[in-house]
Amino acid sequence: MSDLSAFRQPVVQAARPELRAVAGISQNKLRIKELSFYYDRTRALKDLTFDIPERRITAIIGPSGCGKSTLLRVFNRMYDLVPRARAQGSVLFEGEDIVTTRRLLELRQRIGMVFQRPSPFPMSIRDNVAFAPRLLGWGSARVKEAVARSLQAAALWDEVKDRLGDSATSLSGGQLQRLSIARCLAVNPEVILMDEPCSALDPIATLKIEDLMVELARDYTIVIVTHNMQQAARVSDNTAFMLMNQAERCGELIEFAPTHELFNQPRDRRTEDYITGRFG
Amino acid sequence: MLTTAAALVAPLLVLAIVLVLAVQSAPAVTRFGPGFLFGTSWNPVTLEFGALPFIVGTLASSAIALALAVPVGVAVALVLAEPGARGLRGAVGTGVELLAAIPSVVYGVWALYVMAPFVYLHVEVPVVQRLGWIGALSGPPRQTSLFTASLVLAIMVLPTLGAISRDVVRAVPKGLRESAVALGATWWETNWKVILPAARGGIFGAGVLALGRALGETIAVTMVIGNRPDVPASIFAPAYTLASVIANEFTEATGPVYPAALLELGLVLILVTFAINLLALLLVRRSVEPAR
Ligand SMILES: Nc1ncnc2c1ncn2[C@@H]1O[C@H](COP(=O)(O)OP(=O)(O)OP(=O)(O)O)[C@@H](O)[C@H]1O
Ligand SMILES: [Mg+2]
Repeated sequence: MSDLSAFRQPVVQAARPELRAVAGISQNKLRIKELSFYYDRTRALKDLTFDIPERRITAIIGPSGCGKSTLLRVFNRMYDLVPRARAQGSVLFEGEDIVTTRRLLELRQRIGMVFQRPSPFPMSIRDNVAFAPRLLGWGSARVKEAVARSLQAAALWDEVKDRLGDSATSLSGGQLQRLSIARCLAVNPEVILMDEPCSALDPIATLKIEDLMVELARDYTIVIVTHNMQQAARVSDNTAFMLMNQAERCGELIEFAPTHELFNQPRDRRTEDYITGRFG
Repeated sequence: MLTTAAALVAPLLVLAIVLVLAVQSAPAVTRFGPGFLFGTSWNPVTLEFGALPFIVGTLASSAIALALAVPVGVAVALVLAEPGARGLRGAVGTGVELLAAIPSVVYGVWALYVMAPFVYLHVEVPVVQRLGWIGALSGPPRQTSLFTASLVLAIMVLPTLGAISRDVVRAVPKGLRESAVALGATWWETNWKVILPAARGGIFGAGVLALGRALGETIAVTMVIGNRPDVPASIFAPAYTLASVIANEFTEATGPVYPAALLELGLVLILVTFAINLLALLLVRRSVEPAR
């Protein structure tokens, strides 16, 4: 993190000014309330409270180890894979508490996730995208339609439409990441969680994914964890800044605000230090 | 230079063994020709030597053993590869190493005195009673049979099979499991549709390794297979394997033809093992290639 001063001068351009104007009417999709998280006995998150608005891009930034991925993995209960991990507090999603819900499969279908490193399943491009629809038992016509629709939505269709039967591993890194997005779009999720989706990509592939995110935010709520502050500034509508509480060794929410505000007039001293690169 | 020499040692040794076997078995080979492989009677007194009962016995016992052991081994591997199974993994790992260290003669004794009577009472008799009308399951049930031998073989290869499969499954990238779970797959769907396909090449390799062991296993099989040189009509009939007949009869084989016939059985065993490994290699290569 060397040259971040660039952000201090020109006002960060809102990704979609036309939508920003109506920001007020956006509903809250996820309402996080006093959320704490524990890996066995060690606390990783402490008392987070904020709301993630619908059909907006919310960025989560903060130094390594502050619990960004942990927070993201609460939203679709991925932490269930970690033995002895548990969450406290609540995350309301359309009135249902994610922390206590028992309908995990439905939850994960409605809240999709794109990981840092794309993991194509060892099958064809088509079967990768058709994976979740088939789990839901959709008929073949509907699956076919979903494959085409989500590959188009993920801006990958033109590149792969003639080789849907090829192994997914034959795609490039950027294409694979768009395949991951298509894979989770296939069952029409409402929220898409992205954990550093561009960190393994070159700048051009990164820009492609960013454009795609902005495009997708018309229909989907997107939460993105990123280390790249330019990226957060470019694509997100709101930003949450997290920091490790040094005394208690657990992640805290320092500031949550519209992105241009957080980057231009941070309210908290620590936010300012971080975005200007004076941190650590 | 040295490395190429070292690399050549193993193939040359194998070649030498095959050559020696071929030379030594020449009297039988010239006398019976290819008919040796298809002959069904084995009678040292009349000098009739046919290898088919042993070939069938060897292939059948190994195949049944694998059919029993692979599903169990893979299931064990999947459970042990679970993120939450750390404690269990350690305990089972130690157990597996201990099991693999038991000499096969001990397996044989145990199978003969403990397992065979139990299986006779609780598996063979009831199955023959209910399903005896199916040819391959027809009676009469016996304590020493193809089935008993297959079962002890399955138990003998299970530890290695399970341990290798577990490592293969654990080597599947974590991201695959997470991606599947994040798409709403259940535990079963994740394993069946993503983990196992990703691990299938390695599991296949484990199966081939187990098969190699089962094909050549001698003493434990000899103790429970019944040692009758007939092509078995049912899995509950007594049978005989290539390795067993060589071990049993070599000391008493006299004359020019009898020992040669036994050696030719050894040659057949080696070639069968080669053929299966070659086939496996080809299949693995195909399964590792990207799906089309
Ligand atoms: N499976 C786990 N078991 C125990 N502790 C964990 C586990 N995963 C993460 N942690 C701990 O939780 C804290 C937060 O980790 P997390 O991965 O959420 O950070 P992060 O903000 O995503 O970091 P990065 O930016 O490096 O990805 C860290 O101290 C980490 O060591
Ligand atoms: Mg992270």
